[in-house]
Amino acid sequence: MAEISFRNVRKSYGELEVVHGVSAEVADGEFVVIVGPSGCGKSTLLRMVAGLETITGGEISIGDRVVNLLEPKDRDIAMVFQNYALYPHMSVYDNMAYGLRIRGLARSDIDARVRRAAEILELGGFLERKPRELSGGQRQRVAMGRAIVREPAAFLFDEPLSNLDAKLRVQMRAELQALHRRLGTTSLFVTHDQVEAMTLAHRMIVMNAGRAEQIGSPLDVYANPATTFVAGFIGSPPMNLIPSERGGRPVLLGVRPEHLEPCAESEAMMTVDIDLLEPLGSDTLVYGHLAGGRDGTRVAVRLHESVDARTGHLAVRYDPAKAHFFDPQGGQRIVS
Amino acid sequence: MEKRVVFRSAWLPYALVAPQIAITLVFFFWPAAQAVWYSLHLQDAFGLKVQFVGLANFATLFKDSNYLASFKVTALFSVLVAFFGIAISLLLATMADRVLRGAMAYKTLLIWPYAVAPAVAGVLWAFIFAPSIGILTYILKGWGVDWNWIIKGDQAMLLVVIAAVWKQISYNFLFFLAGLQSIPKSLIEAAAIDGASPFRRFWTIVFPLLSPTTFFLLVVNIVYAFFDTFGVIDATTQGGPGQSTNILVYKVYHDGVKAADLGGSSAQSVILMFIVIVLTVAQFRFIERKVQY
Repeated sequence: MAEISFRNVRKSYGELEVVHGVSAEVADGEFVVIVGPSGCGKSTLLRMVAGLETITGGEISIGDRVVNLLEPKDRDIAMVFQNYALYPHMSVYDNMAYGLRIRGLARSDIDARVRRAAEILELGGFLERKPRELSGGQRQRVAMGRAIVREPAAFLFDEPLSNLDAKLRVQMRAELQALHRRLGTTSLFVTHDQVEAMTLAHRMIVMNAGRAEQIGSPLDVYANPATTFVAGFIGSPPMNLIPSERGGRPVLLGVRPEHLEPCAESEAMMTVDIDLLEPLGSDTLVYGHLAGGRDGTRVAVRLHESVDARTGHLAVRYDPAKAHFFDPQGGQRIVS
Repeated sequence: MEKRVVFRSAWLPYALVAPQIAITLVFFFWPAAQAVWYSLHLQDAFGLKVQFVGLANFATLFKDSNYLASFKVTALFSVLVAFFGIAISLLLATMADRVLRGAMAYKTLLIWPYAVAPAVAGVLWAFIFAPSIGILTYILKGWGVDWNWIIKGDQAMLLVVIAAVWKQISYNFLFFLAGLQSIPKSLIEAAAIDGASPFRRFWTIVFPLLSPTTFFLLVVNIVYAFFDTFGVIDATTQGGPGQSTNILVYKVYHDGVKAADLGGSSAQSVILMFIVIVLTVAQFRFIERKVQY
């Protein structure tokens, strides 16, 4: 059990700086997700916590220890890798017991821990199997088991679900949540999938180009994105960003697709020329562009009923209280 | 998953493998069959008359103390060559795999000896270790070592082992390097987080994962020591001094070509053939079983 804190953490490879000073706190027992597009530095940040990358600048501490100069083995963390990194020549049991044996635990203690983890993860019947004899989901669970038996201060997850198929991913997401509720261990989870981030996180760190653009609870980030990047990255389809004017200055008007509602032509705030419909069953996504000049800005609308595509355009309105405004230059949110 | 090409034509597949089969038949099976035939016959010195003698050639061989000694020499030689050839190249490959700067230069230099013919490698080392003018002989003398492989059997053995190993390291190195590079980096990282020291990571993760490569190299190196080191021996010790480096394959050549005992030499090569077949089968049956994971 421990908190993790980042204080102005930087990483460079030679001249190239890839993480430009990230500061964040992860509370004891909290599940924090670092989310961002590929190349944003999120995995690098996680690997710096694990000790697999050196820390170029700033400080990372786990519990009350600054870990910058500690070896991975001395940091009291366990990591789950994207490709699981199971030892292919060892049985499931030995995979989980490996770290414990190295730490010199008693045989009976090792056995108890491995069996308990196997029970939690429903791996009881597979302890003698080799990783290659397991399915993707089972391998994933063994990787989790290897982390659990160590009883570390924190779990680090490096995109652990991205090698699974869509259905299994949803299932493992639920299992991860259940596991965290049960163990309550501080967890840091890296993903590029905003749905994973939204569903798993207590709080999330949205990263872009080596910076933490926003840190907050999923719903708070969703409701009040700090920048146009966050507005575009969190939510699917992303928030509509429409060039507009406010108080005589140019701004970007941000409206979520579900906040645009169809209305009569007379009360329309904008009209969308429909390009494409995506019926999802529960609702319909309408993709189009703004009618009437305004340089054809693309707009998405989420409708809770089916729509007649042959009309060719859709009149919509929105609740001004749900509109966001951003600076068109820096992309920062304009707080009114 | 098996990928199979199905030919429609009845004769095309045979035509395609025919060259390989022809080469195998002409250059492997025919000489082998001839060796068997000659091993059962006695030929006069001028090659004019041939007489069937049954297993007499073999009986003579097993009463010959020189021949029995050659077995011991071959066993020692092949174990030393295979062991050091594999151990040193594994060490070099592990180190080359860790090098970040100038890795290509190291790798290229380490691969070069493979391009040197065994006989040339032998001559090279014979010069370096030459009793009168060798540079290493000079250095050894400075340390008080009396180095003269021309008259000392164990030193002669050391020389041919060094030359044979030096020649083979490049080959082993290439395979080990490829093997090391195919081990996912995350496995090593996972082991590091699990608390394993670099030494322990090597013996519990890397080495077991390299075991298929090591096994393959063991088979190849034993066969190399048995046969391909002929050039090394011929260019340096020629089996001497006495019988101390007279390995089986060199004795086959010496007795057949130089001593003109065609029947005896053929009998030896039949035995040699048999030994290598047994060794290879044994290696696959007993050692490969431990390699699977």
